[in-house]
Amino acid sequence: MVKFIESELMQLRSEVYQMWTLVYNQMDQARLAVLGLDKDIAQQVIVRERRVDAYELKIDSDVEDFIALYTPVAVDLRFVLAMLKINNDLERIGDYADGIARFVRDSEGSVLDRSLVERLQLNEMFEGVLDMMRDLQQSLIDENPVKATSVMDKDDTLDRIKAASTGILVDYASSHTDAIALCMGLAGVFRKLERTGDHLTNIAEEIVFFIDAKVLKHTSADTGRQSSADGHVTGN
Amino acid sequence: MEKIEARDVNFYYGNFHALKGISMDIPRNNVVAFIGPSGCGKSTFLRLFNRMNDLIPEARLEGSIMIDGQDIYGPDVQVDELRKNVGMVFQRPNPFPKSIFDNIAYGLRVNGIKDREYIRHRVEESLRGAALWDEVKDKLNASAYALSGGQQQRLCIARAMAVSPSVLLMDEPASALDPISTAKVEELICELRKEVTIVIVTHNMQQASRVSDKTAFFYMGEMVEYDDTKVIFTNPRKEATQNYITGRFG
Repeated sequence: MVKFIESELMQLRSEVYQMWTLVYNQMDQARLAVLGLDKDIAQQVIVRERRVDAYELKIDSDVEDFIALYTPVAVDLRFVLAMLKINNDLERIGDYADGIARFVRDSEGSVLDRSLVERLQLNEMFEGVLDMMRDLQQSLIDENPVKATSVMDKDDTLDRIKAASTGILVDYASSHTDAIALCMGLAGVFRKLERTGDHLTNIAEEIVFFIDAKVLKHTSADTGRQSSADGHVTGN
Repeated sequence: MEKIEARDVNFYYGNFHALKGISMDIPRNNVVAFIGPSGCGKSTFLRLFNRMNDLIPEARLEGSIMIDGQDIYGPDVQVDELRKNVGMVFQRPNPFPKSIFDNIAYGLRVNGIKDREYIRHRVEESLRGAALWDEVKDKLNASAYALSGGQQQRLCIARAMAVSPSVLLMDEPASALDPISTAKVEELICELRKEVTIVIVTHNMQQASRVSDKTAFFYMGEMVEYDDTKVIFTNPRKEATQNYITGRFG
């Protein structure tokens, strides 16, 4: 019995890591595609999106099987629930990478204004997302809730860059009327990256839930309260 | 005051220290499950609640067990009276070699009740309470042995309930039953909790999580952890509990 449980959980964990790596590469490739307006790279990202979807279906199915066959409790139950939710978040992040690639594929320009890219901090936005993904995967591997929680702070940087990008793009579009469509597309890229940060925050919460059985969702920032898995709300 | 209060209970079979310093409060009208590997002491502890261990040679109890505030091992306690108040259902159904009706009426008659109409009323009420009335109402004079295993176990529960106990002890009551009969017994437990406090020993983790309000995990004579069932099965405090309920106990 124990062997079966351990083996199934290892398999599920391995699948999530593989999907994680795939989605990370998708986002990294989407970054290269945008910065170089490279339609070939964009096309590769779009094609590989099907693999992300396939992973999502496989992990969903494996989690369902595990719950049905092994009726997990305690840490095992928290683990499979966390994997199910992380799977969903990774799939959405994969969708955003795909959406960014589609913008590149469908854009009419062939090069981005370097100074605009720098003012927008587009590369920094991508790097922030990729940093969060790397750190969160490591926190899951190490089962380190402190590291997972610390990643959540980085989401603020993404929010700040995204908030600033709107004004910069409006200014640029008003003085470069031929680049209005491009600016709208870039605004979409920032929105997707900002949403990716939100999904990564969710993933951090799921990792903490799995390891510590603490529910960080909807935590009141001013009171610092958190909920435990048994539904009790505790003060810090 | 809690329904059952155990304080620093130690129990010995001769030199063997079977229960080690167990203290526990069981709230009124709760279902409390005892879980743990074979030989951990959970059945021994359960059987202390109606003094089923009294006749075991060289067995010795230290500490106290109170039910409704009364020390059940006190000098003025009548064991017969105690067992009327603390009913018990065993692993294997053990109906008497009598009719269905007489099985239920037995306890009432032993307790001196002679009013036939009252006995008939209590038999029906007990069988209804055990969700068995509709299945046996037309064959009350048939032998209890003619019933299926699941029906026999519900008959035993009805028999225990006929004398209106306030505590019901159940030692693996569904371990010999098929899944449908098990489900009926579990439904019955959920119904009976309105009337009585139930303590159940089970090896079935899912059963413990389904039917109980609180769960105690025992290991090698010690009570490792006792908490709300939801806590035990989602976030147990002790690693040994987690290892046991997740099947990693080695």
